[in-house]
Amino acid sequence: MTLTELTIKELWHRKSQLISGLLAITLGIGVIVGIRSISVVSEKAVAVNLDNLGANILVLPQAASVDNYYAADIDAPTFSESYVEKIVTSTLPGVDNMSPKLTRRVKIGNENIVLTGILPKSEIASKPIWQSGGLLGNKVNPSCAPKAGAEKTKNIDPKLQRKGIETLASNDCFLGSAVAQKFKLKENGKLTIQGKEFNVVKVLPETGTVDDDRVFANLHEVQALLGTGEQISAIEIMGCCSAISEGLLSKLRNILPDTRITTIGQIVSTQIETNRMMNKISLVFLIIILFVGSISIGNYIWANVNERRKEIGILRMIGYHKKQVYYILILKALIIGIVGGVLGYVLGTLAAIWLGPLFIGIEVSPIYSLLFLSIAISIIISIIGSVIPAYMAGKIEPFSNMQED
Amino acid sequence: MLIQIKNLTKTYQRLEGAINAVDNLSLDIPRGEFVTITGTSGSGKTTLLLILGGLLQPTTGSLIYNGKEINLHNDNDLATFRSKHVGFVMQSFALIPYLTATENIMIALNVKNKNKHENKKRAIELLEWVGLADRTTHYPKELSAGQQQRVAIARALANNPDLLLADEPTGNLDPGLSEEILTILKEINQKQSTTVVMVTHSPVAAEYGTLRIKLNNGILIN
Repeated sequence: MTLTELTIKELWHRKSQLISGLLAITLGIGVIVGIRSISVVSEKAVAVNLDNLGANILVLPQAASVDNYYAADIDAPTFSESYVEKIVTSTLPGVDNMSPKLTRRVKIGNENIVLTGILPKSEIASKPIWQSGGLLGNKVNPSCAPKAGAEKTKNIDPKLQRKGIETLASNDCFLGSAVAQKFKLKENGKLTIQGKEFNVVKVLPETGTVDDDRVFANLHEVQALLGTGEQISAIEIMGCCSAISEGLLSKLRNILPDTRITTIGQIVSTQIETNRMMNKISLVFLIIILFVGSISIGNYIWANVNERRKEIGILRMIGYHKKQVYYILILKALIIGIVGGVLGYVLGTLAAIWLGPLFIGIEVSPIYSLLFLSIAISIIISIIGSVIPAYMAGKIEPFSNMQED
Repeated sequence: MLIQIKNLTKTYQRLEGAINAVDNLSLDIPRGEFVTITGTSGSGKTTLLLILGGLLQPTTGSLIYNGKEINLHNDNDLATFRSKHVGFVMQSFALIPYLTATENIMIALNVKNKNKHENKKRAIELLEWVGLADRTTHYPKELSAGQQQRVAIARALANNPDLLLADEPTGNLDPGLSEEILTILKEINQKQSTTVVMVTHSPVAAEYGTLRIKLNNGILIN
């Protein structure tokens, strides 16, 4: 019979106390794991939703402003298309997609429209909002997107998908909804721009943005039509929000030193703010649980010490030292911490898997790394809670077993 | 001489003032004696026993054990002293309720020897010696009062102490069982040359003593 065996036997002997002690810590850890599991997935879901709004980084020529980009003036500065390659070959983490564009305001009859040359695949991938309009079906999979839950495959017309992504031919174009309305054009209609006839492949759904006034055509066709050579007005980049907060912009500036790189502030700040808020909520709960959990465990061990005054007195009487009494109680707290951490993880994960879809419509998968965190937090709570009762137990006199109850 | 007590005083602070439970007491206990301590309630006999066993620190005075002065004010030294030299038998048996008879003895053996197999063997031998060979796996609540006291005696002998201290060991037992227990203590004293110091109210039990002392108000009167 060793002190470790004695501790285990005592835990088992007082099962109701053990259950109440474990319950306190299991519930506490369960709350932390549940919140963290849901917040991690919802953070990613928010990131995907925000990414779906479009690009969040804009690379412009050094001399250009964001206004130049949107105004699409005839003399707006441009830079070489080869910059796209520079970004691609740099393999920067966090660059999920990009779309080089040449944009110019042109006249069709008496009407002004914005002609935008795009490389179709990348343009469409960085504008997933179009996909929801039924245009194209390549899935968006940003680097900060969750594996499960938020990402859902859309039902896309495969005919459109082939046409749009792979073969935006030199004489094909997409029309923004306002342009289509202005020229009374529908799919398969014809639009002549500066003497060149384009087939209307698709009329885009209304977005309420400047895109409604655009005509999109193949970048290289637009370059030829406008006589700009291999020049572009901008590169729109869809960057992962966490990568942006970790310095993606400065890394891009290093690669493209003679450009002006800006973020679309509202999207990025919303993403970063959302992540911060989620983390703060988790932290607040963690602090509350640490505090309440330690008090609960402290109370449990304290009651246990009082109930065991005679036993502790017996151990002291037969020659055990104070440090061995501390050992018994700290070991007990450690066992409760480990078991409570595992049970709390299981409870919190199951609760998150069950409640996630029910209340906030996201599917939650187990986060296995939280198991180790749960055990560590649970042990910390238990040890903190049992330090004072263990110290007081060391003060129990070795003749306590002789005293009356 | 196994024990020499010199000018021992234990003072308790009470609302009504300081009380000397043991008052400037000096005493020599030769090795191998069966000492009985009697006296009225509050005479200081249990206090004296606790100090002799290193369970209670005196206010003043010294305790010389086997020619060596024990540091009565160091908790670790006293714990080591108890584990090496003293066995205790209490009126209330002082057994741990969730341990079997064998385990109650093994937990005492574990203080000095960590070998579980050896400890188990020794615990069973001790239980056989006190006549409980068929009760080794029984819990205290499954044993009679007399059997519990025998387990307590077996535990007290676990580490081969030179000194066995008994505080009213027959206080919770009927006369028949009391005699059994006293006979076992006598046997321990005679066959193993273990010095026994027993506090008792019972004149019959006191008769077992080879050295009988009486206290009154913390003072040795006889």
